[in-house]
Amino acid sequence: MHSGAPGAYRLAGRGGGPLHSGVTPAPETDTAASLGAEPDVRLVQLTKRYGDVVAVDGVSIDIAKGEFFTLLGPSGSGKTTTLRLIAGFELPDDGRIELGGIDVTKRPPYARDVNTVFQDYALFPHMSVQDNVEYGLKIKKVDRAERRRRAEDALDMVSLAGYGARKPAQLSGGQRQRVALARAIINRPRILLLDEPLGALDLKLRQGMQVELKRIQGEVGITFIYVTHDQEEALTMSDRLAVFDQGRIVQVGQPAEVYERPSTEFVAGFVGVSNMLERDGRRFTVRPEKIRILDDGRPSDGEHVESGTVVDVAYAGMVTRYVVALDAGGELQVVRQNLETTSADALEDRGRKVHVAWRPQQTYAIEDGPPDQEEA
Amino acid sequence: MGWLVVAYLGSLAVLFIAAFWQLDEFSGKVVHSYGTGNFETLWNGHVYRTIVLRTVGIASAVTVTDAILAFPIAFYMAKVASPRVRGLLVVAVLMPLWSSYLVKVYAWRTMLNENGILNWALHPLGLKGPGFGNVATWIVFSYLWLPYMILPIYAGLERIPNSLIDASGDLGAPPGRTFRRVVLPMAFPAVVAGSIFTFALTLGDYITPNLVSSTQFIGNVVYANVGVANNLPLAAAFATIPVIVMVVYLLLARRLGAFEHL
Repeated sequence: MHSGAPGAYRLAGRGGGPLHSGVTPAPETDTAASLGAEPDVRLVQLTKRYGDVVAVDGVSIDIAKGEFFTLLGPSGSGKTTTLRLIAGFELPDDGRIELGGIDVTKRPPYARDVNTVFQDYALFPHMSVQDNVEYGLKIKKVDRAERRRRAEDALDMVSLAGYGARKPAQLSGGQRQRVALARAIINRPRILLLDEPLGALDLKLRQGMQVELKRIQGEVGITFIYVTHDQEEALTMSDRLAVFDQGRIVQVGQPAEVYERPSTEFVAGFVGVSNMLERDGRRFTVRPEKIRILDDGRPSDGEHVESGTVVDVAYAGMVTRYVVALDAGGELQVVRQNLETTSADALEDRGRKVHVAWRPQQTYAIEDGPPDQEEA
Repeated sequence: MGWLVVAYLGSLAVLFIAAFWQLDEFSGKVVHSYGTGNFETLWNGHVYRTIVLRTVGIASAVTVTDAILAFPIAFYMAKVASPRVRGLLVVAVLMPLWSSYLVKVYAWRTMLNENGILNWALHPLGLKGPGFGNVATWIVFSYLWLPYMILPIYAGLERIPNSLIDASGDLGAPPGRTFRRVVLPMAFPAVVAGSIFTFALTLGDYITPNLVSSTQFIGNVVYANVGVANNLPLAAAFATIPVIVMVVYLLLARRLGAFEHL
């Protein structure tokens, strides 16, 4: 079933399932070789089934050493299962996993040079923070003095120096999260796997931890594989990201690439706002911040202009989001910075006739049909 | 609820008070004068000491045996079996509790009998069953109370998130070490919780020793003194011993965190 799929990943659907068909994004963007480094992680045609459900369906990725690589997708898209396959908690039904060129597909978790930061942190409740952090070293029989020293360094790195004697239950969510990180990093693994590590934190903490994580990755120089369903998190943190849908990778690339040039409607919709239009039989997307609402009705040179009606306005502090129904068909979301607008002004715009304009070079053709359209 | 407390604590208080009464040796009547004579009799009586040691010893042996037998069963139920098999196993563990205690003990009596199935099965191997006695008591008690050990351990193991087991493996621990360092310490309070049942139930029983052994437990002596010998104060004094043993046991169990697992 997987034999006829050359290239690093495939989009061809299997019989019966909803299909994302046709488009083959430029393959050079997803091989680590193109980044000039030997791949640290290589997944080849990785497949995992649970009964009739194919959780991971022929996933292939190369990840370079020191990369911050994100697996992005909605829940149930196979990103966490992929991570668990790399960690060794699940064994694939098909395909291969290589770490640093060595095939580890059949190895148990304890024989793989990876460590995981779990979504629920998975700290051992019967051990102190110190013992939690030292756990991996104790298993490896590192001597006590060395253990102490490295645990101190690790706790210091996550700004939890002096918390060693506490039990996990005495820490806040954010602190537990950082203990989990210290416990993983202290082992200096080849690869650190992070399973929605910030999912349980509130927005402020999350943003703080995003910066922290990037800093720590820079300090330790370990390859990070990061699972999230939060597209903003994926865009701000990743060197590259892979968008998952129904067990398959639909696009791999750098954040700007994936955001600005989504290869399918699913990616366009999941990474941002889809804004799909069809004109002259050509389907394309244009990002909401690239569209101008013309107050004076005059486009600048080369801009494409259409008329429409504002059907919805949402004032969001920094920006206002408009939904404009176009006279030529279709709806667009438009985001405008609130340079002079106030919330009162913005809300009055509902029902107004407007002209919107964008530069043709800001539109990207989407070649696949809507997800429900099957292709023979 | 309030009445329950009054009735329970009240009878316990009466028991303690009765333990200090005396029996008039000639009339055989209870004299309500206080003295520690009953406890002196128990302390100095070689027989009584043997009976206490036997009771506590077999209760301990039953507890350890059940813990060893129950843990793998509970582990399989909580962490290995599929939900369907798990449900069937829970029913299988509970099933013996729905049948009469006496039926089960008599069944064992028949099996352990000189001409019973056990000797019949062991005969070709040149072996012989334990017959009636302390070993039989130990086996039958271990069988009777096993579900009371399995269920708390099962519940305790089920409360250990699988991610902790994953995390231990992820940090380099092979399954054996994960078991020793994570599963066992986390499930230990549940084992202690189960042991409260196996230990207390054995300590207070007098029917099983009567049926599969000719030796006596504390309960047999109490029973004999209440009924046959009509020495209520001595029975009360002897009955305080398991109460004290259990109080000490429960205090220890609480320190080990067992009460969160009941």
